Amino acid sequence: MVSKRIIPCLDVKDGRTVKGINFVDLRDAGDPVELAWQYSRQGADELVFLDITATNERRKTMVELVKSVARQVNIPFTIGGGINEIADADVLLNSGADKISINSAAVRNPELINELANAFGKQFVVVAVDTKRVNGKNLVHLNGGRIATEIETEVWIKEVESRGAGEILLTSMDHDGTKAGFDNGLLGKINSTLSIPIIASGGAGTIQHFADTFLEANVDAALAASVFHYGEILIPDLKRELRKQNIEVRL
Amino acid sequence: MIGIINYGAGNIFSLTAALDRQKIAYEMVNSADSFDRYDRFIIPGVGHAGAAMQKLEESGLVESIKSITKPVLGICVGMQLLTEFSEEGNSSLLGITPVKTRHFTEDLKIKVPHTGWNKVSVQNESKLFEGIPNETYFYFVHSYFIEFNSTFTVAFADYGLKFSAAISKNNFYGVQFHPEKSGEAGEQLLKNFSEL
Repeated sequence: MVSKRIIPCLDVKDGRTVKGINFVDLRDAGDPVELAWQYSRQGADELVFLDITATNERRKTMVELVKSVARQVNIPFTIGGGINEIADADVLLNSGADKISINSAAVRNPELINELANAFGKQFVVVAVDTKRVNGKNLVHLNGGRIATEIETEVWIKEVESRGAGEILLTSMDHDGTKAGFDNGLLGKINSTLSIPIIASGGAGTIQHFADTFLEANVDAALAASVFHYGEILIPDLKRELRKQNIEVRL
Repeated sequence: MIGIINYGAGNIFSLTAALDRQKIAYEMVNSADSFDRYDRFIIPGVGHAGAAMQKLEESGLVESIKSITKPVLGICVGMQLLTEFSEEGNSSLLGITPVKTRHFTEDLKIKVPHTGWNKVSVQNESKLFEGIPNETYFYFVHSYFIEFNSTFTVAFADYGLKFSAAISKNNFYGVQFHPEKSGEAGEQLLKNFSEL
């Protein structure tokens, strides 16, 4: 079978990684290319770069970044942030990105999912969904969880699947930053209805949390940022432990 | 020098980057007149197999490709083009290898597209996998697969069923995974191809 994937996520602003990075042997902690290379050497299966640049120069800096990553890194990577139209995705894919991830743009214009899937194939289209519980309901949130919508998360995910999403990246805003584990209840429930891969995000704090989300929610991949960046969890240790628990991983 | 068949089938930035890292020389091939310049060829390809075949036909290179006697490597959809037929758009393909490209069906109870790292097991010894341990993981992204065939399957992967991860017939080779995204093993495979 296909192995479970471990995905470090890097936030990028103006072409530089943000959030503290605490690797040994790192010459430049702000250089996304060097970090990406380090993660690939450690055994990361895939990388996600989230562009949080707010300036008009964003596209140019991102294209340069994507090209340098593709030149130097030999594992697949996804680019998210600021993709609002076909042309945005086209330039990133032609620069070597393997997938693009859309979030708010898909909520604002769901037809964008169909257009991207038709233009590039569904395997290029990751739809990221930020979810938060409000009065007992799981609702889709925008802008990093700051803006609530009326859309129920489970309904939305089925819609994006039918529109041609190739993969779902589900972040629980209730768990994000808590380091108390992934939201396996919700992930498992949604996963059981899906025929496309799902990536769990939000809440990773320990190695066991990764094992739990694979065992309890059977997700296809797990994504985390700070536990990797601060060196709290090393990918080789994580993968060895997962394999010990009979979870198939690439070592 | 490798000639990369340039027929407009999607992004090859990552492929050329991987060749650059391995210091393997390549050029884009746009017309059959220049085929003599190269000692081997890569047929890349992403997206829809039927659409890729149509582009290949429009390029006017089909007959010249079929008559190549030097090593040829098809990657992903480029590999599927070597087969007779694809269920994707019910398309007739090059027919160099007498096998078919099929869709992962719902009754397999697997997620499609097949996305991620899958173990690859060698079926028939091939120089393509020299120096790569058996059952190494390679990176796959595809919804259609080439059926297993005991003669032409060089290596297989298991995902819902056993399918061809790599095929060969005479000088024609194909890999369903993306060597350019498959870490060091993928780079070794490209290097092996460049030395066939």
